[in-house]
Amino acid sequence: MIRIEQLTKRYGDTTVLNISEMDIPKGQVFGLVGNNGAGKTTLFSLLLDLIEATEGTVSIEQADVSTSEDWKTNTAAFLDDSFLIGYLVPEEYFYFIGELRNVSKKEVDELLAGYADFFNDEILNKKKYIRDLSKGNQKKVGVVATFIGAPELLILDEPFANLDPTTQIRLKELLTEKGKDTNTTILISSHDIQHVTEVCERIAVLEKGEIVKDLQTNEKTLKELEVFFTK
Amino acid sequence: MFLRLLRLQWKAYRRSAAFTSGVVTSVFYLFGMLYFIGMFTLLGYGSFYLLDEEMGVDPLSFINQHMIYGTSFWIIWRYFIQKMPVLNVQVFLTLPINGNTIVHYALGRTIFSFFNVSNAFFFIPFSLVLVNNGYPTSQVMSWHLAMVAIVFCTNYLNILINDRKDVFYAVAVILVLFAVFQRYDIFDITTFMGPVFDSFYNDPIYTLIPWLGLLLLYRSAFTHFKNRMYLDAGLQVVKKEAQQIQLGWLNRFGRTAIFIKNDIKLILRNKRSKMTLWVSLLFLFYGLLFFTDSSGGLYESPVWKIFAGIFVSGGFLFTFGQYVPSWDSAYYPLMMSQNIAYREYLNAKWSMIAIASAVSTLLGSFYMLFGWDVYAAILTGAIYNIGINGYLVLLSGAFIKTPIDLTSTKKPFGDKQAFNAKTLLLTLPKLFLPMVLYYVGSLLGGERVGYMIVACTGIVGYFLKNKVFDLIETLYKTEKYKTLNAYKQTT
Repeated sequence: MIRIEQLTKRYGDTTVLNISEMDIPKGQVFGLVGNNGAGKTTLFSLLLDLIEATEGTVSIEQADVSTSEDWKTNTAAFLDDSFLIGYLVPEEYFYFIGELRNVSKKEVDELLAGYADFFNDEILNKKKYIRDLSKGNQKKVGVVATFIGAPELLILDEPFANLDPTTQIRLKELLTEKGKDTNTTILISSHDIQHVTEVCERIAVLEKGEIVKDLQTNEKTLKELEVFFTK
Repeated sequence: MFLRLLRLQWKAYRRSAAFTSGVVTSVFYLFGMLYFIGMFTLLGYGSFYLLDEEMGVDPLSFINQHMIYGTSFWIIWRYFIQKMPVLNVQVFLTLPINGNTIVHYALGRTIFSFFNVSNAFFFIPFSLVLVNNGYPTSQVMSWHLAMVAIVFCTNYLNILINDRKDVFYAVAVILVLFAVFQRYDIFDITTFMGPVFDSFYNDPIYTLIPWLGLLLLYRSAFTHFKNRMYLDAGLQVVKKEAQQIQLGWLNRFGRTAIFIKNDIKLILRNKRSKMTLWVSLLFLFYGLLFFTDSSGGLYESPVWKIFAGIFVSGGFLFTFGQYVPSWDSAYYPLMMSQNIAYREYLNAKWSMIAIASAVSTLLGSFYMLFGWDVYAAILTGAIYNIGINGYLVLLSGAFIKTPIDLTSTKKPFGDKQAFNAKTLLLTLPKLFLPMVLYYVGSLLGGERVGYMIVACTGIVGYFLKNKVFDLIETLYKTEKYKTLNAYKQTT
């Protein structure tokens, strides 16, 4: 699904990301952990061609993201609030994304109905602009919007941050459910190693722009990560 | 403590966009500043001689007579442009700083605003020239001090009325009424107000009045802020219930409609973008200046008719089109990672501009009252706007890259600055090229040929749409990363 080759990103003399090679196969639920400034968001931005790689390439389905735009049809991402349109109400935003992905209003409504629990009655029919929602509710909107049109690749930066405990647990269930689908590849970054180990099949640790660990999740993984970050 | 806060202010100033966004911009700002200072100084110095020798009136009493208009204009101007000082005081609220100090600091720093300082560049040379010409120093001094007080009065008055639209519009309407009354000799406010300003010169004791007024205004501005220094009062973000807009009927226009629907919501739901509609309306009537006698024949030349024609239908083009794609700056990463072809996106913006130009032309049909040739100029301008200028604004948009903070007006004391010099500069070729074309045409075969040439250029431009869009698309693509990066700066 995703292939990264000799990827580096430098600002002046500082290298913020340097990954020589990485493959993420289709259907995998991939977690990325690391401290602040480790390069998680940089990597995601490179995957989405939002910043230019200094060297190397990222390919999604064999197509280089910086030259081809084919990846846009089957990829959905929510990195931060710059993926939200503040002056729309959540419904309008969902329909907008739906239209871009050729999903009809009716289908969007059906999909949203399935997330009633997740929304906890705080999102729909509130006559509130997205900009006036709390950070946590904004995140709910952004995350659910990525599900519209059943994209094959989901990229979520810090999806658990700012969410209340109930919603965190629901989101974990949601992502685990989605992860079972062998057609959907999911990339998640998080500061919370416990959440990541619960949801992801594979976890990579980024440190100062380099992948220092790449683990298949098992019952020892959480312990191993805790040891790694306690230093 | 006060000094420490001042030092913060200095840092904010040094690190503002004017000084950190590259040499070119800094130089531009510097020149702009020097220009204004120069103009004001020249005005202050020259107006004495102009009034005295050219118009044969006593400069001081003339200035005094018209000071009421000057002051009112200054208040209105401030209302629209001057930034409110209480931005970002939230940071200080929980720090161990006396509440009064915060308010004094917030109010005090406005003293150094451009709006106050620039006045000094007028009044100081003017007063010096007065003294030089034999006006008694002490009396000039007294008058000068009164003026200083009045300038600062407008400063604090503006702070008080800034969130009071009703008060502001009342002042504006009264001012316009007085001007109209004076124009038609019904009632002349200046004969009443002139002596008031004269009295500052005649008897220094009266100078105390504006200073007392200033003290009073400062006190009220102080209490006004002091009482509202809570996150849920004066510093609160006002939340409005979302408005419903039915735009389903646009769906027949296919993919383009997706973006048009969004843009309509963008315009209607954000104060900053809503202004484009008002300005477009203003532009629609701008032609009246040219086509009636009110300009005193200044714009008689037909070349200026084309200029006016471009403006009448081009209001939306200049105010909205000029800022594409910056309107979408807050969520540009979303747009760039969604399944969106640049062409669809650009086409939607272009269609908006074209439709707005067409609608303005229709609304402007009342110009026919001034004769067919007037409406011909407007029609020609509209064709040129759709055929050429529509592309030009999109083209320059690829380079402007100034993020627009749509939410800034949501802040209770947000800034009202809605235009910048760079974009104003880019407006010029859009206006002068058709004027040149017309001029060439009129030399060849008179007015009609002039119009034809401008209109034909527009029509040719319209049919080259696909080719031009190829070019614009490539430009937007090559500028993509830079644009994304630039938009990230403030958000």
